[in-house]
Amino acid sequence: MPVMPLSGNHAAAYAAKLSRVEVVAAYPITPQTQIVEKLAEFIEKGELKAKFIRVESEHSAMAACIGAAAVGARAFTATSSQGLLYMSEMLWWAAGARLPIVMGIVTRALAPPWSIWSDHIDVLSQRDTGWIIAFAENAQEVLDLIIQGFKISENDRVLLPLIVAWDAFDVSHTIEPVDVPNQNVVDEFLPKRRKYRHTLDVENPFSYGNLAYPKDYMEFRYSIYDSMLRAKDVIEQCAAEYDRLTGRYSGGLIENYLCDDADIVAIAMGSISGDLKVVVDKLRKQGVKVGFCRIRYFRPFPSEALAKCIEDAKTILVFDRDISFGSEGALCLEVRATVNREGLDKRVYGIIYGIGGREVRQKDLENIIVKAYKEELNHPRKLLWLNLKHV
Amino acid sequence: MGLVEIRWHGRGGQGVVTSAEMLVSAAIYEGKYAIAIPFFGAERRGAPVVAYNRISDTPIRTRCPILNPDYVVLLDERLGRMIDVVRGLKSDGVLVVNSKSVPEWVDRKDIRIATVDATSISMSLGLELAGIVIVNMPMLGALIKVSNIVSLNSLTKAIKAKWKGERMKQNLEAVTRAYNETVIW
Amino acid sequence: MKEVLMPIAYPTKGSVGNTGLWRTLKPVINYEKCTKCFICWMYCPEAAILAEDKPVILYDFCKGCGICANECPVKAINMIKEV
Repeated sequence: MPVMPLSGNHAAAYAAKLSRVEVVAAYPITPQTQIVEKLAEFIEKGELKAKFIRVESEHSAMAACIGAAAVGARAFTATSSQGLLYMSEMLWWAAGARLPIVMGIVTRALAPPWSIWSDHIDVLSQRDTGWIIAFAENAQEVLDLIIQGFKISENDRVLLPLIVAWDAFDVSHTIEPVDVPNQNVVDEFLPKRRKYRHTLDVENPFSYGNLAYPKDYMEFRYSIYDSMLRAKDVIEQCAAEYDRLTGRYSGGLIENYLCDDADIVAIAMGSISGDLKVVVDKLRKQGVKVGFCRIRYFRPFPSEALAKCIEDAKTILVFDRDISFGSEGALCLEVRATVNREGLDKRVYGIIYGIGGREVRQKDLENIIVKAYKEELNHPRKLLWLNLKHV
Repeated sequence: MGLVEIRWHGRGGQGVVTSAEMLVSAAIYEGKYAIAIPFFGAERRGAPVVAYNRISDTPIRTRCPILNPDYVVLLDERLGRMIDVVRGLKSDGVLVVNSKSVPEWVDRKDIRIATVDATSISMSLGLELAGIVIVNMPMLGALIKVSNIVSLNSLTKAIKAKWKGERMKQNLEAVTRAYNETVIW
Repeated sequence: MKEVLMPIAYPTKGSVGNTGLWRTLKPVINYEKCTKCFICWMYCPEAAILAEDKPVILYDFCKGCGICANECPVKAINMIKEV
């Protein structure tokens, strides 16, 4: 297994290639463009046998993936920000039609004002579409989660499309060593896509998405809900099998980093996680009992696993790279719901950081954790905006 | 008068939704409270359609479908052969049907029946659109005759507010003729 | 739920019942004029005309839209009032 210097975006392209995708349809948008450029190059050189469909928009890109998946092909696309919003209608279609598709999203802020830097609000705006949503921490995980993503999405107990998201620039354009598995290993992990009962077949014609009256519609939504819950097991199983074949555990619903005896647990998603782990290590040496819980899959939300992770903690700090205007961060809302649902007694603080690529330093993270440790933070009602000017 | 509940059965294009709406307009002129609930599905000409009315002296909060109507109005008699149109109709409730006589498929003895030949009335007045005879106005006339939920005067006002010219005259004539020709069996 | 519920539908004859009852006007083919060009069969949006040795209308399902009568190049289909 060669270790290659790859950006997050190129790691994604390698993952799609190793997954032997058969159709790629995408429209360029910063900071996603490199992914499909690389895939186009693979196809051009004959290294990847796939159809590259050039489309006029992101909406059409997803429509093409839906068509491809409906006839039985393994389809991949990638986008960001405005492109994702333009594609949004088709996301509902892909999930509702129960089609396995994997999409990479390089998270980016939304306009106006214009911004090309990271922010999780683009992905989180698609929270309720029925797509499985994973956040990768680094380029290695981008590769691993995309390969696992196809297996999870294509599982006949799941059959839902899947997003792997990673932060703009911090991951997408940062070059780091990536252990690229051999093709035969990936082939063993991820066999050729099978046909399902709803794979289109000219010999046995049927149609997709007919009108469902109120007496029928609700069950289709229940089925998606039900499959999402089942996906939790499938996600864990796939991570374990991937570990067995590659020797690398790189998946699963959450990452528990020193939470078990922690008084304070920080929770976050994506590229900030590395910095948080460094800070945790530093504070542990000083005797502060702090842990970090990374949410790798935002949908299905790993309530049970999270609850176990934070069971003994008194204080929870949730770092959100997004804001739901009029409320608080989307991740913080999930954590509060989990705390409530599981009957836990915790103080939960929401922290908004890194919006539109705003810089965050380890010192900033450390300060907040130390303040929480000394019980110097304001009431949780007061949402903390990290490194905000003019307040 | 308390609460009166009405269920309309007809075909797409016959004017079921408009009837329900006109009844609400007429009720407003009398200071009553009323709602019209059209059921929307895949709208298409000729397909069986349903609409509901609630009319009351007091404000109406209920929006769920009507299961036990006081009146069922049937714009196309043939629908009675396909659908159980009197399902849930209260004992002593009235089936108002577009027909010259009591339809043979009516199998309930505990309800009353009113008939009017609405198709002939509308055809003689030229109330047709794209091959479908619009029988909603005569059926409204028949309904208020048997129910008195609104007066002919209020319905006239409502029609004058909605249509002008020839169409208004045709509709008024259709309502009045049906009001006078309705037979209660 | 053991299995995923898929939003697919197979073509079924008369899946919403005898839609012929929706009809106000009934198309009737005058076979003396009919040239068996089958344009009516091709245009029928409900597949309610069979292409046998001549076009045959399935009155159980014909909704009476009149497209066949409109498209017939020799005006061999008349729309007749049924009620």
